[in-house]
Amino acid sequence: MSARLEVQGLHVSLGGQPRLQGLDLSLAPGEVLGLVGESGSGKSLTALAIAGLLPPEARVTGRVLLDGEDLLTLPEAAMDARRGAAIGLVFQEPMQALNPLMTLAAQVAEALRLHRPLSAQAAREAAEAALARVGLAGLGGRHPHELSGGQRQRGVIAIAMALQPRLLIADEPTTALDVRSQAQVLALLRGLVREQGSALLLISHDLPLVAGVADRIAVLQQGCLVEQGPALALLRTPQRPETAALVANSALAPRPAAPLPDLSAPLLAAEGLVREVRQRRGLLARPGVKRLLDGVTLQVAPGERVGLVGESGSGKSTLLRALLALEPLQAGTVRLQGQRFTGAERALRRQVQIVFQDPAASLDPRWRAWELVAEPLALRDPVPDRAAQRRLACDWLDRVGLGAEVAERYPHQFSGGQRQRLAIARALILEPALLVLDEAVSALDVSVRGQVLALVEQLCRERGTALLFVTHDLGVVRAATDRLYVLEAGRIIESGPTAEVFARPREAATQALLAATPDLAALLA
Amino acid sequence: MNRRLLAGALLAGAFTALALLSLVWTPAPLDLIDITARLQPPGAGHWLGTDHLGRDLLSLLMRGAATSLGVAALAVSLGALVGVPLGLWAAARASWLDELLMRGNDIVFAFPPLLLAVLLSTALGPGAVSAILAVGVFNIPVFARVARGLALPLWQRDFVLAARMAGKGQGRISREHVLPNVAGGLVVQLSLQLSLALLAETGLSYIGLGTQPPQPSWGRMLADAQTLTALAPTLALFPGLAVALAVLAFHLLADGLRERLDPHREAR
Repeated sequence: MSARLEVQGLHVSLGGQPRLQGLDLSLAPGEVLGLVGESGSGKSLTALAIAGLLPPEARVTGRVLLDGEDLLTLPEAAMDARRGAAIGLVFQEPMQALNPLMTLAAQVAEALRLHRPLSAQAAREAAEAALARVGLAGLGGRHPHELSGGQRQRGVIAIAMALQPRLLIADEPTTALDVRSQAQVLALLRGLVREQGSALLLISHDLPLVAGVADRIAVLQQGCLVEQGPALALLRTPQRPETAALVANSALAPRPAAPLPDLSAPLLAAEGLVREVRQRRGLLARPGVKRLLDGVTLQVAPGERVGLVGESGSGKSTLLRALLALEPLQAGTVRLQGQRFTGAERALRRQVQIVFQDPAASLDPRWRAWELVAEPLALRDPVPDRAAQRRLACDWLDRVGLGAEVAERYPHQFSGGQRQRLAIARALILEPALLVLDEAVSALDVSVRGQVLALVEQLCRERGTALLFVTHDLGVVRAATDRLYVLEAGRIIESGPTAEVFARPREAATQALLAATPDLAALLA
Repeated sequence: MNRRLLAGALLAGAFTALALLSLVWTPAPLDLIDITARLQPPGAGHWLGTDHLGRDLLSLLMRGAATSLGVAALAVSLGALVGVPLGLWAAARASWLDELLMRGNDIVFAFPPLLLAVLLSTALGPGAVSAILAVGVFNIPVFARVARGLALPLWQRDFVLAARMAGKGQGRISREHVLPNVAGGLVVQLSLQLSLALLAETGLSYIGLGTQPPQPSWGRMLADAQTLTALAPTLALFPGLAVALAVLAFHLLADGLRERLDPHREAR
């Protein structure tokens, strides 16, 4: 079988820096090639290079053959005609790929008419058919904001696939979606590619996800191709240590079962939490009331590791803010160490701290590292003087493995994993009794993820700190927690020892969540 | 440094330097009235010529720059010093207070500036103080609105939540986290408002509500030159050019700063 896409010796340099070095890839019709690698490995650059979308200052050499035609030598006008028609593109964020003012059907029709001489009527019909193929039949009249994230991404796929491109490039197509939509979108992509004989280049940082759909996998690291081969063979018997490390880091080992803790004197006890917001649909409609939290009750024992799992929109973030007294409540109480916590009690506030998901957003870009780490010391009574604060902050910079010499740096001078270490130092500087991790490792590369989890584990074990992991990532929950709560539509629908919930989920929603989660270990077994 | 920023900074710097220089030295004394030398064209003795009273036009322009820039700077400072804290306060309390402050803002916005200028000159007498107050008051809602707009999204950011976790109150977060992060945007607005205030001051002086003679000002000079346009066209040309260039300078500066401080650029 001749190759649909053949990339030969692709070199890309930006600003004199080589970013891709001698990349060779090949992709047959109907095939799915997964391109995986950590941030900065050159995955997205590869996609842009193939689609001819690199910034003008980029220097490119090598060959990109689509059915034997070298795309790199084509003039810009000819590439314009190929993009959309012969090469379809799907990017991470569907909201940015869609025009908010146009209906979905109109956007599909526009793409069709751009490349084919169709009447408006014929284009509309073709658009409806394309939407039906991605499971959006009857939703063509909606605007992007009237659709869920998964539906939007399917709309983008409908646009990309409407012209039956020979090659589809999907760059992190499911990263912005929740677990269940993720599985649906991937199944859809794979089905369409099979059906139409296209080839799919699936780019992702998420190895377990790619492993489930790709026929072959190519691993990139720092702009170089490490290894490529049939998916299962490559994962089971990696030829290169880099691949082996990636596989090992991607499959976190489940935590051994631990005896249930004594919950008679819980560290944190939330009872019957209710959070409602007024919602107005349309200018004249009567405001309705939406319940974000609907009577949530949960406990965390001293020193315990608890997971709180739920999909986006389940109320995780609201619950988390409520527990931290950052969100007003309509009913219910939060108790810390047996005392009512409303946010005003400074002594209690000291006992609970948090690490946020995105370390870039949770660190003020204009503050120095030590100032950021020292910020919670404002809660100490009395507040230590500046010199003492700096000393303490430097100790903690040391403890999280950054070293006191980085004290004067600003957040942008750190990598993602290092920034998360800063955030951990800030959260632990008061030595709280409870540390809340809000998706704290979700934005990190898998190699860094393991290190950060190990650091948190070690620091908290030494101090007997209880941990509350709030996440959609079941792999992390399984590796790091002993007990777990499942949140769905503002209610706790299931709870119990982590190992037991994983082995025997009772609720349908939990089962669906587990089924949709890519499990690398099961795949390799 | 981008070209706009460079051009704007050089031009604005030149005006400011000339204005400051005029306070200690001008090519000819400002109060030297010499009817025999009136309405002279630009030449060796008087580089830009003389006005209808025989005063040196360049000297008048320089001192006029000091007046106009001074009034504009004070007016904008008044607007920023009151407006920015109001805006930050409104953003911190996204509640009835925010609503109240912003509706109050709208009222000031809706009030015709010229009317206030007339009212103030009636109450205080026409002069620089009235001009500063009139222009300054109308700068308050502009700065309040811009500061609030820049600050609001920051309150959604995780680092503000982190500061709240450190037990910090709204005032302290506004000071320590919000203000430093909106400062860039405010500097851009400052520069833009300066150019508009300059224009406003010139307008007020032109209709006689701003700076009063014998204190020279660009607006006053334009008004004086109006009747003599046919006789001595350069008399109106030079102050007009000065106003246009000064406004352009601060606009360029604002544009250049905006581009320079663009967070998307910073990220790259």
